[in-house]
Amino acid sequence: MGFDLVQISTVAQSLEQFGAAYERRIFTDDESRYARSSSALVAQRLAARFAAKEAVMKALQLAETGVGWRDIEVVRQASGDCEVALHGRAAEAAQVAGAEQILLSMSHDGDYAGASVCVVFAPPGNGSL
Amino acid sequence: MKSTEQADTDIRAVLRDHGRLAQDIATLAPDADLYQAGMTSHASVNVMLALEGKFDVEFPDRMLKRSVFASVDAIRSALAELGAVADAQVAQA
Repeated sequence: MGFDLVQISTVAQSLEQFGAAYERRIFTDDESRYARSSSALVAQRLAARFAAKEAVMKALQLAETGVGWRDIEVVRQASGDCEVALHGRAAEAAQVAGAEQILLSMSHDGDYAGASVCVVFAPPGNGSL
Repeated sequence: MKSTEQADTDIRAVLRDHGRLAQDIATLAPDADLYQAGMTSHASVNVMLALEGKFDVEFPDRMLKRSVFASVDAIRSALAELGAVADAQVAQA
C-alpha cells in the first residue's frame, strides 16, 4: 500500500514559480489537459495526481529505481473513475515485482489532496501487469 | 563548471528558497538528511527544478531517486556526475 498527502497551495506556488517546466516534468499531457479543463481546480487536480504518483512509488517501492513522474499516469475513465497506467521503468519495475493490479483512490478538501494506492501482487508463478 | 565551494553555496541557497525545511539550512551538515529536516517529496521537485535552472543541467529519469536529493553532499555528487560541479577527487588528483 502507499499513501501520500500534498498541500494544494504548494502546487499552486510551483505552477507560479516554474510554470510549464513544472507541469511538463511531472504530468502527462492528458493529466494536464484534464486538470486545466476547470480553471478553478487546476492545482487541486494536479495535487491529487502528484499524491497518486507518490503513493504508487511507495506501494511499489520505487524510491531508488529512478522513475520519472510521467511514467506513472492517472487515467480518468469516461465514467469518472481514475486508474493508474504505468510506462517505461515504472512498468518494468511493476512487472518484475509481480504487480497484477493497482487500485487508486484520490480526494481533495481544503488545502490538501491525498491518494491511496493498493497493489495486488500475483501469486508466485502467475502472470503480472 | 562550478567549484565545490560555489556549488555548496548555490545548493544551500536553492534549499533555503525551495526546500521548505523545518530547520535553517545553514545549520545543517553537508551529509544531514534533508527529508528528516522536513523536506517533502513535492518540495524535492521544486528543489530539482531550481537546481536545473541554477546549474543549467537536466536530471535524467534514472537519477530521480530519493537518495539523490537526500543531502547537500548527495546533490553535489549528482551535479558533479552531470558535469556541473568540479569533482573534488579529480581536482585533488
